[in-house]
Amino acid sequence: MDLLPSILFLQSILAATWRMATPILYAAVGEVFSEKAGVINIGLEGVMLIGAFSAYSVAFESGSLWLGLLVGILAGILSGLIFAFFTITIKANQIVVGAAFNMIGLGITGFLYRSMYAVSPVPLGLKTFPSLEFPFLSSIPFFGEVLFKHNIMVYGTLLLVPVATFVLYKTAFGLSIRAVGEHPKAADTVGVNVLRMRYVSVMIGTALAAVGGAFLVLAYADQFVEGIVSGRGFIALAVVVFGRWKPWGAFWSSLLFGIFYALQLRIQTMPDVNIPYQFLQALPYLATLLVLVGFNKRRVQAPKTLGVPYK
Amino acid sequence: MDFVSIKKRLLKFSRSAWTPFAAIPIALGIGAILLLIAGYDPIQAYAAMWQGAFKDRTAITEVLIKATPLIFIGAGLAVAFRCSIWNIGAEGQFYAGAVAATAVGIYLGDLPRFLLVPLVLFAGASSGALWGMLAAFLKNRFGANEVVTTIMLNYIAIFITGWLVTGPMIETEGLFAQTAKISQNAWLWRFLPPTRLHTGFILALVLAIVLYIIIFKTSLGYTIRAVGINPDAARYAGINVKRKVLLAMAISGGAAGLGGAVEVAAISYRLYQLISPGYGFDGIAVSLLVNNNPLGVIFSGILFGALRSGAEVMQMNAKVPSVLVFLIQGLVVLSVVAFGVYSYVSKEKEE
Repeated sequence: MDLLPSILFLQSILAATWRMATPILYAAVGEVFSEKAGVINIGLEGVMLIGAFSAYSVAFESGSLWLGLLVGILAGILSGLIFAFFTITIKANQIVVGAAFNMIGLGITGFLYRSMYAVSPVPLGLKTFPSLEFPFLSSIPFFGEVLFKHNIMVYGTLLLVPVATFVLYKTAFGLSIRAVGEHPKAADTVGVNVLRMRYVSVMIGTALAAVGGAFLVLAYADQFVEGIVSGRGFIALAVVVFGRWKPWGAFWSSLLFGIFYALQLRIQTMPDVNIPYQFLQALPYLATLLVLVGFNKRRVQAPKTLGVPYK
Repeated sequence: MDFVSIKKRLLKFSRSAWTPFAAIPIALGIGAILLLIAGYDPIQAYAAMWQGAFKDRTAITEVLIKATPLIFIGAGLAVAFRCSIWNIGAEGQFYAGAVAATAVGIYLGDLPRFLLVPLVLFAGASSGALWGMLAAFLKNRFGANEVVTTIMLNYIAIFITGWLVTGPMIETEGLFAQTAKISQNAWLWRFLPPTRLHTGFILALVLAIVLYIIIFKTSLGYTIRAVGINPDAARYAGINVKRKVLLAMAISGGAAGLGGAVEVAAISYRLYQLISPGYGFDGIAVSLLVNNNPLGVIFSGILFGALRSGAEVMQMNAKVPSVLVFLIQGLVVLSVVAFGVYSYVSKEKEE
């Protein structure tokens, strides 16, 4: 019967979906923190590149993926500190600074990559995080392949999303973050340090964006390539909107984008499909557009002072 | 006008005019540190860059040729940014213009020159304008953030171009992923042979001046800026905000599309995948650098043209990767932002 090939097809799509969603999800959850506090960072793409490159070069030189990840996160935090200085202390336009960050990210990582690795005598591949094998679970037909054969950074998202939700909605810290995004004046009157909360939120955002970038080199591809992020930072921005500024919302909507990525990759490898590959490549971006159009009507969900400097 | 206000205006002008001059050394300085760290000789690198940009007449005209698309794009973006529409999609609008111009230049190639050249330019401008207006429509109708939509439209335009040049529009020999050459009747005049300097450069200058007049000297421009400063106040004042948004995106996209058409009709004579090496993104910095003033864009466009042109020579002669330019451009924007704040602070002290 024809059933088996289509089940295998579905299995391969779904298995790739979560993996493809992961880098977007890390960046999007980070951006939720940033935007909840009232700061929009369109420089995510650049920060992801910086995270990817620093993680790659440290992991490559030291041989330790975890050290690479750590340094990637530190690079993300440092980027966030600079972004916050310009947008919060100097009160520069957030879009302008974000655009500058994208250029800087592309320039600095491209420059360092070409200087350090373009003509390398040794192979540049990393031994990426391996897929985990769970006893019994991984061997369940279909579900084993889809759910139980991923690497540690993919499973990290299962920790990330509940923790982020808890922090944002169940702690005083999270309440302050949301307060400085909704009513900074009121937060200020009750003694919340608005500027400091925004600094911290921005840096949480860029740290997680850097993890998303690091995922691409440590747990997906095995080396850095110029422009490896290829728009995922921008898609993360759309995911935040589509997920209504909530971590779980970001989780489900990034899985949706994961499906389009997976579909696109899978169909490209099928010999008997005659769709030009450029249309398939355009699929995730087209989906982003449609999603923004279809689901963005309820603008009320956006933090009230998004994009507005305080005082 | 009394003396004090003249003095104030002069002061204000000198401040805004000098900001880029102060920002560039800072950006180059940070770039130099990075060069040192990476083991290059910054002086040698920058000397090669300077040489590449200003060595002789040909080098200088090449700078102006590189500046041409940046002036088109930057002048248009200045209008959108003045309206607080963050159009990051000039790259896609440039592609849209290049595609339409190529199609007209090939398929209507039998038309006489005096008809075909304007038609090619018109096709490019209107195609870019429509691509830009699509984002404005999505913003007006559905509240979709234009930063995200314009970026998505960039990818889509680039993929469509990739498909066209490998599929339906591929040259008849079919050797490379590119279209056939456009008809000679569509070519713009290169008026300073043997250099490639062309009338498109003059057109870019004219466009920048026209957009400057529109945005700063007409009531239409005033309303566009009013929307940019405070859309709610503009709405209460009876301005149709959505229409201004649509118009600003049409102007911005149209200018970028015209830039794409000129690139095809004056330089490449055909379409291929990488017709733009990121002009649309450079254009953002070009406009921001001069505080979104279309006239200033002529200056910053030539500056960035020189950076790009020089960087290519730097890569060839000093073996320094030319992507360094992106970093320098980003740093220039950040320094301008920082300087903007300091001049604001000192102004407050004066008053």
